[in-house]
Amino acid sequence: MTMLGDRQQLSYIASQAADARLNLELETEGMTLNIGPQHPATHGTLRIIARLDGEQVVWAEPACGYMHRGYEKLTEVRTFPQVTTLVNRIDWLGSFANEVPFILAAEKLMGVEAPTRAQYIRTILFELSRIANVSLFLGDLGVQLGAITPVFLAFRDREYVLNLIESATGGRFHPNFDRIGGLKDDLPAGWIDETRAVMKKLRSFCDQIEDLLFGNEIFQSRTRGIGVIPRDVALQYGLSGANLRASGVDWDLRRDQTLPMVWDKADWKVWTHPDGDSFARCWVRLQETRESTKIVDQLLGAIPSGPVMAKVPKIIKVPEGEAWVSTENPLGEMGYYVVSRGDLGPFRVKIRSASFNNISITPWLLRGVYVPDIVTILASLYFILGDIDR
Amino acid sequence: MIALLAEVPYWGQSLLRVLGGLVAVLLPAGTIVYVFLFKMMSFMQSRLGPMEAGPYGSMQLFAEVGKWLQKEDIVPDRADARIFKMAPVIVLVSTFLLVVVVPFGPEAWFTDFETGVFYALAVSSISVLGILIAGWSSANKYSLLGGLRAAGQLIAYELPMVLAVMGVVIQAGTMNLQKIVVAQNTGSMFGIDAIGHPYVISQFFGFIIFMIAIQAELTQAPFDMPIAESELVSGYMTEYSGFRFLIFFIGEFATAGVFAMIASVLFLGGWGVPFTWFGWTSVDDVANWMNFVGPLIMFTKMMLLVFIIMWIRFSYPRLREDQLQRFAWKGLIPVALINIMVTAILKVVF
Repeated sequence: MTMLGDRQQLSYIASQAADARLNLELETEGMTLNIGPQHPATHGTLRIIARLDGEQVVWAEPACGYMHRGYEKLTEVRTFPQVTTLVNRIDWLGSFANEVPFILAAEKLMGVEAPTRAQYIRTILFELSRIANVSLFLGDLGVQLGAITPVFLAFRDREYVLNLIESATGGRFHPNFDRIGGLKDDLPAGWIDETRAVMKKLRSFCDQIEDLLFGNEIFQSRTRGIGVIPRDVALQYGLSGANLRASGVDWDLRRDQTLPMVWDKADWKVWTHPDGDSFARCWVRLQETRESTKIVDQLLGAIPSGPVMAKVPKIIKVPEGEAWVSTENPLGEMGYYVVSRGDLGPFRVKIRSASFNNISITPWLLRGVYVPDIVTILASLYFILGDIDR
Repeated sequence: MIALLAEVPYWGQSLLRVLGGLVAVLLPAGTIVYVFLFKMMSFMQSRLGPMEAGPYGSMQLFAEVGKWLQKEDIVPDRADARIFKMAPVIVLVSTFLLVVVVPFGPEAWFTDFETGVFYALAVSSISVLGILIAGWSSANKYSLLGGLRAAGQLIAYELPMVLAVMGVVIQAGTMNLQKIVVAQNTGSMFGIDAIGHPYVISQFFGFIIFMIAIQAELTQAPFDMPIAESELVSGYMTEYSGFRFLIFFIGEFATAGVFAMIASVLFLGGWGVPFTWFGWTSVDDVANWMNFVGPLIMFTKMMLLVFIIMWIRFSYPRLREDQLQRFAWKGLIPVALINIMVTAILKVVF
């Protein structure tokens, strides 16, 4: 036998013990179903270990880490401007929104603030990435429940938003557009009118999805009363975003904290739902997409003129200190705790991503549900694997 | 066809019947796959569907079949190999047995059963066996769950289907599918015989129940939980590959076609046109050309019904297993029983 390192040996022993425990339990308990890491329902490599009694879940646990890429560690060997390339890939459906809190944290440490025009454009792109992200959720929801048509509508209409993001930033999925002190470029000509037209399309997409899915009796019977998260449990597990608001907690970081962003310049509403079930979570997301299109529409008309980049040195050295900035990302609260020792790159970065906390509730939530409801609940919790594993 | 081929020796007749059965099952199945699955679904989903193989992708099915035939026939290690290999064949055989009693014209049929309805309902449930053993023998948990779900579902929905057909049988006074067709086309409603008497009008609730029940029997959405790709990967078909998967795939659509044929025989007047249009009074008067036009009429009606089945399939999400059972036992079956009662009373009154 080859010699194993201490850590490898420990993990080997641990895996053996886990197998033994599982075998022991297999004889007395029902069937253990391994959903994932390669399973059509988990759109990524999340693995849910569920012990079943018939089709009822007795015990379930998410096993994550199959896609861990070590971004927190990687940031320590990058310079500050380079980090955006990494954090882009955390929640890959709403990449621009990932860059913003990190850049804001760095700006906070440096004591610079982006010009107003840059703040407006940031907020607009932030909301566009939310729309791109959540519109795919709305389509995917149908597939998870067996309706194959909505997802194609979602892909069609998300494409318009991605085109907008691409024409402004140059990247469809990974814009890498945010800079410390502002933005890389100004908006291209004609972008604002185009965005207005697309927002109109997206609003009609929301209506379409509402007709196709949310009004459907089967959809309602599959989601109403399924996976109910009461208000206090949601708070205990540290849920955030739409999952928390669907449990009746009126909490939205866009409104509740003051950042150098311009959400307060637009008139919009934070939607909550009292039920806390799967339907409520989906419904809140649908309404949020509509609100986002409203925010974008209002901000487009109010973009002031001016530079998009503040005066920052060519070589960015962030002064010593620590900063925590979090924003309301498409999936929930996303925050970065940045520690700097005055070097070119961060000394340590802690990433708080929404999905990781959101799926921590699954062992509590999946107990006692049926196998089909696992899919409904996971779909309605809405996670992105990159956001869980980082 | 018996009458048409009276001069042909017995072995020739048998051969022709087998070929006819193949055509009657596989041709509609292929058409359904191409027209509805590839094209209609694509248009509903704002995309083009297959466009490369042949004009407008019309050769796509052949390309797919070629692909499947080339694939390795994988049998899982722990599977019960003999039964595993047998399962798809059983499913397809039940479809072939089903088409045997369907009349395609005044003299174009494979066999003329006095108890055709009874036979059709009986052989249609053979496919449950195939699905159940496919799920069981695959040695896969997803397959097992899918197989068990399918068994529960198919048994639950057989009952409303049988009960819905009962109404038709009471009205026609016969279990012979050919005579049911004739009864509809020679009948009259309130003295008006311009469109005959298709039972879809007088047995409307029966028709709706029958269509819902065959939607479930075919495991099409919203009743597709045996396959449920987002939960069970692919249900009882998970471990199948190559031509065995192809048999399941073709079987699914062939069965859809054959069930639609039976529905059109029972409720839409089958191969016939109202006999008064041409001054016919009984099946003996019907002109010989109906043996060739009849199958086309039948095909049209079948496609219409398959269109409805597929339309629902593409637009609805999936029910949950317990909701499905509740729907069958608490919804469809009581309504079907009431339908039978009312039909029987009216039959006696008029």
